[in-house]
Amino acid sequence: MAKTIQEINEKIKKNKACVFTAEEIIQYVEKNGIKRAAQEVDVVTTGTFGPMCSSGAFLNFGHSSPRMKIQKAWLNDVHAYGALAACDVYIGATEIPDDDPANKIHPGKFSYGGGHVIEDLIAGRDVFLRATSYGTDCYPRKKLETYINIKELNQAFLLNPRNSYQNYNVAVNKSERVIYTYLGILQPNIGNANYSSAGQLSPLLNDPYYRTIGIGTKIFLGGAVGYVSWQGTQHNPTAKRDKGGVPVEGAGTICVTGDMKQMSTRYIRAVSMIGYGVSLSVGLGIPIPIIDEEMMKFVSVKDEDISATVVDYSSAYPNREPDIVTRVNYRDLRSGTVTIEGQSVPTASLSSYSLAKEIAQNLKTWIENGSLLLSEKVESLPGAESGQTFKPLEIREKGGDTDD
Amino acid sequence: MTEHDTKNIATRNIMLHYPKRLADKPIISTLIKKYDIIVNITRARIDQDEEGTLVIEISGLKKNIDAGLAYLDDLGITFKPVSKVIKRIDERCTHCSACIVVCPTKALAVRDRESMVVDFIEDRCIGCGLCIPACPYTAMEMSE
Ligand code: SF4
Ligand code: SF4
Repeated sequence: MAKTIQEINEKIKKNKACVFTAEEIIQYVEKNGIKRAAQEVDVVTTGTFGPMCSSGAFLNFGHSSPRMKIQKAWLNDVHAYGALAACDVYIGATEIPDDDPANKIHPGKFSYGGGHVIEDLIAGRDVFLRATSYGTDCYPRKKLETYINIKELNQAFLLNPRNSYQNYNVAVNKSERVIYTYLGILQPNIGNANYSSAGQLSPLLNDPYYRTIGIGTKIFLGGAVGYVSWQGTQHNPTAKRDKGGVPVEGAGTICVTGDMKQMSTRYIRAVSMIGYGVSLSVGLGIPIPIIDEEMMKFVSVKDEDISATVVDYSSAYPNREPDIVTRVNYRDLRSGTVTIEGQSVPTASLSSYSLAKEIAQNLKTWIENGSLLLSEKVESLPGAESGQTFKPLEIREKGGDTDD
Repeated sequence: MTEHDTKNIATRNIMLHYPKRLADKPIISTLIKKYDIIVNITRARIDQDEEGTLVIEISGLKKNIDAGLAYLDDLGITFKPVSKVIKRIDERCTHCSACIVVCPTKALAVRDRESMVVDFIEDRCIGCGLCIPACPYTAMEMSE
């Protein structure tokens, strides 16, 4: 029996929708079977919270007097891109102050950067804006120094070109020395295995073929309502999948947007990765309408059915070699130890499972109390049939051929 | 030890780095036998290349401890005291678990694999400070 999103929304409006989180639904389906669960359940909510480097914010300051065509701008000494119209800038999550020592003394601390500016803005703290320009007849001002606050900005919205990766690598270090990566500190000789996915709670792992998640889908973003605005960069629907259709490596991604003025620092947090840089942790959740039995089957996916690829970040990853160490599943990753090359290896996560759960629970509450209606996607993301891949960059001469 | 001596007894936590060239030297037993120091190994991490990090609690007469530490110094073993107090700022902790593989005493640990909450078990903490740079959210802080 198929349901439409309109039918589900009617039930939500009457506070009669039956909603489960992607974790709760597993047991329910085990007990009642796919068929019955698909009839009874209207929506399954997902969630994830973790560092997502491809994130950033568009800000509009309004015009100063005299007016200024901001060319270069810094927020708390972190460079923001200003080559847009006069008082628009984009601040990227991974930008660091011009005078940051970075990794000159290895491993660098990266204690402040773009992610921190975004967190400070959302927290409602004043941020120092410095800007320069060359001056024109219509925009004479050449220098600007002032404090800004998110309350006074015309617009402040996140536009994250790549969030919510559908599955991700597990990082290990096969070398003899400690390495510092975006997946954390990796001890030598496979001393630990670090992962970063909410597994069975992760949005795109619950809709592996993007049947319901597409452009226009309403989502939870940073504590507020946001939207899927495009396919994410590096979206790779043709990644390797297992027989259930679940990708076993990084695959689909989404570009998302949402109003920062409504967001909370509980779900948007700055990240300082020692030896690597700064980033932003984003809390994101997507409600999945149970339109038919196939969707129910997809959302009942469990950690033990989701595999992730273990990659050596001391050699294969930095050199872009295809070698993988092995595959492990999320049940084992979440248990605290996995077996890799016959060795028992402790695991750590960069993403927070407990916050992922909380986000899915929040979405469930919003839907149950009728404050969030589902949206129909207006366009699909490129699917597995599109043939779209994630191409590497081949370094070449102008006009020359690439190796492949 | 006599009654009088107990005043002069000291306990210290130290973290020492054990280079490969000393891997076959009976350092700990020398501390025990020659310097009459009680050694409690809180944590040992020896890598495959036989370099290692050791966190030990040593107690004994103050003068013996000083002599024992001088002996370590002469051997070229680098060590530092771990006596600082570590706190977690709970509002900053996201319960990611990035810290749990660097904590040598499992003072930071996931005890409930359903909730996946990261507990900070203060009485297991030896104040080594390894978690501070490992936490991406600066949730761990050291105070004197
Ligand atoms: S200081 Fe941090 S790493 Fe060291 S024992 Fe305490 S909690 Fe663990
Ligand atoms: S790394 Fe920091 S935020 Fe993550 S669990 Fe440990 S203390 Fe909490």
